[in-house]
Amino acid sequence: MGKTFEYAPAPESRNVVDLASSYGLFVGGRFVDPADGTSFKTVNPATEEVLAEVAEAGQADVDAAVAAARRAYDEVWGPMPGRERAKYLFRTARIVQERSRELAVAESLDNGKPIRESRDVDLPLVAAWFFHYAGWADKLEQAGYGPDPQPVGVAGQVIPWNFPLMMLAWKIAPALACGNTVVLKPAETTPLTALLFAEICQQADLPAGVVNILTGAGETGRRLVTHPDIDKVAFTGSTDVGRQIARSLAGTDKRVTLELGGKAANIVFDDAPVDQAVEGIVDGIFFNQGHVCCAGSRLLVQENVHDEVLERLKARMATLRVGDPLDKNTDVGAINSAAQLARIRELSAVGDAEGAERWSAPCALPDHGFWFAPTVFTGVTQAHRIAREEIFGPVLSVLTFRTPAEAVAKANNTPYGLSAGVWTEKGSLILWTAERLRAGVVWANTFNKFDPASPFGGYKESGYGREGGRHGLAGYLR
Amino acid sequence: MTTTLDAVADVTASEESLRRFLYGLPGVDQVGAEARAATLATRSIKTTAKAYAIDLAISMIDLTTLEGADTPGKVRALAAKALRPDPTDPTCPPVAALCVYPDLVATARAALGGAPLHVASVATAFPSGRASLDLKLHDVADAVSAGADEVDMVIDRGAFLSGRLQQVHDDIVAVKQACASSGGQGAHLKVILETGELQTYDNVRRACWLAMLAGADFVKTSTGKVQPAATLPVTLVMLEAVRDFRAATGRQVGVKAAGGIRTAKDAVRYLVVVNEVAGDDWLDAAWFRFGASGLLNDLLMQRQRMSTGAYSGPDHVTLD
Repeated sequence: MGKTFEYAPAPESRNVVDLASSYGLFVGGRFVDPADGTSFKTVNPATEEVLAEVAEAGQADVDAAVAAARRAYDEVWGPMPGRERAKYLFRTARIVQERSRELAVAESLDNGKPIRESRDVDLPLVAAWFFHYAGWADKLEQAGYGPDPQPVGVAGQVIPWNFPLMMLAWKIAPALACGNTVVLKPAETTPLTALLFAEICQQADLPAGVVNILTGAGETGRRLVTHPDIDKVAFTGSTDVGRQIARSLAGTDKRVTLELGGKAANIVFDDAPVDQAVEGIVDGIFFNQGHVCCAGSRLLVQENVHDEVLERLKARMATLRVGDPLDKNTDVGAINSAAQLARIRELSAVGDAEGAERWSAPCALPDHGFWFAPTVFTGVTQAHRIAREEIFGPVLSVLTFRTPAEAVAKANNTPYGLSAGVWTEKGSLILWTAERLRAGVVWANTFNKFDPASPFGGYKESGYGREGGRHGLAGYLR
Repeated sequence: MTTTLDAVADVTASEESLRRFLYGLPGVDQVGAEARAATLATRSIKTTAKAYAIDLAISMIDLTTLEGADTPGKVRALAAKALRPDPTDPTCPPVAALCVYPDLVATARAALGGAPLHVASVATAFPSGRASLDLKLHDVADAVSAGADEVDMVIDRGAFLSGRLQQVHDDIVAVKQACASSGGQGAHLKVILETGELQTYDNVRRACWLAMLAGADFVKTSTGKVQPAATLPVTLVMLEAVRDFRAATGRQVGVKAAGGIRTAKDAVRYLVVVNEVAGDDWLDAAWFRFGASGLLNDLLMQRQRMSTGAYSGPDHVTLD
């Protein structure tokens, strides 16, 4: 019989990215120190090493950034013809492509995601988003929003830590294409690629104030979205914070789009293409360590094939390579923060306590940093908390169903409704199921596929508004 | 989806039961299978892992010449290469086998002398398979009696595509018997599916199971005479089939990827797929082979580069 084929370490060079020891705020086209001089550290979650010191924006900084954005909107960007704005966006997209290796390494360092994903998924999508919306900038009259759609004004945008640069692109590209200016706050644990993007704005000669980046924590975000001179708020993150934002903006004339949590059902029927379904289950929940709002965190598998699917799934999970995010062969990287790791551990313990059966892939975890082995819970029912609450980690809950109607009923029986997956070789069953699923995105025989031309967003507590494609323009036009 | 040992036992009883079984196998989603192969192709195999993979790949090659212009001289030259792929480096492993047409088997066997290399012969009216069963069996008997200990047969793709599954099955059974009876030990049977003509992954999976049920020791992608020959996703689907067949029956079947694999980089990608889909039980020349000719020289150049640190160029590996 054969010997073991051990893959030697294949680390991507971290020297391709040149990080400063400290970063200021990006306001009015230049990096400035925060008014009250406070800062915080961002760490590499795979090693707990400090990567850089980052400014924390206070009220005065938020005021300055919003004022810079307002000025740029009134004087330069708002009046600029769409075809001219498009040139800046195309240029930005090309610079992102040129610097994609550097940006991918920075993303993996700060976020903990494997370089294979930041290189092959995140960065290509970031560039694609800018290219897509660059194409819209001079065609807004044809977008179906009236004969002469106008920008909304200044957008305050708050993004999460799971896809830092990609979420930035989802927010900034459509806003700028429509003629708005933005103040964007990246997540406190992953500010670095947004700051590198600020350099790209300078490199692209984007007019000062069109893009402003404020780093900081929740308080900075709260100050930004409640600022009286913000016309439009776009938020991606937890449902709790989304609720707070909606509450704080009630009664104002600010427009809001929220893209919040999810607990997506991935439905596997008994006639599914089983090997690809297993891949889809793995991609659905272990992609980006499960830090994905649309993750397929609830596997609904038809009861008559449960055992076979689980056996194949576990065999596949045993081949996942967990470890150094910068190693090109890593499949699952580090959990983004100690706080998130604690949350994953807590909810997994709840799963144990509720009597679900836990199985984790046999893999050695590094001593330093934040790690959680890919895990599956079987014997989960709708009544379990791990079937209802978003874990936002590499933890899959497996439930069974008997008939298509039961699958749909269970899939929809959640406060969320962001995404869902359907696996069957029968086309009519795909359509029947997709018609009945209350989820913003339904993937058929695939999962976690994104495209800038496709709208993305939620039902119910997963938020409102759509990002991506023609639909994604609506939030930024009046 | 479920396959059990009991189910397999009755499968070959009739055309109808064969059809029911093969068409009851789980489908292969084309997009998903190709995406999985593409992801595995991004694995970065460096330093010690690369050195291991290159030597392993060399040891898995069926060094092949299947031309109308083949002569004893050509076969003797290839045999010398098979025994000592890199004459400047005695640590370089020999290849697994020499693969020739039946009339050159005796030459190949003589040229290899007492070396423990296999002699594989294509047979059964290779590459089209368009001949009567009698002729095919005679072809096999010829090869085996001349000293071939491995027979690479082609299935009747016409029969498969027109739904005569039992005929394909029975042909393989008959060839397997011919391999066993024509000489001493019984030659190892590799069944060529010609996946480029079967076209869909569903057909590839069914043909794999059909061949394995009929007693194939190996399933092989292609003759090399039809494009596309071996591809990474086709090989992945076949590796899934042999993995599942062993799980269902306990019998391990090998896989041979043949045709179109020309670079060391490609070969390493195949080994990654073998490793991550079928598992390391298949990482051995007894269970995985490359059918190739030009591939060997690229592997040797990479091997020399790893030992000397510099690319030697095509004049530093032998042309045969």
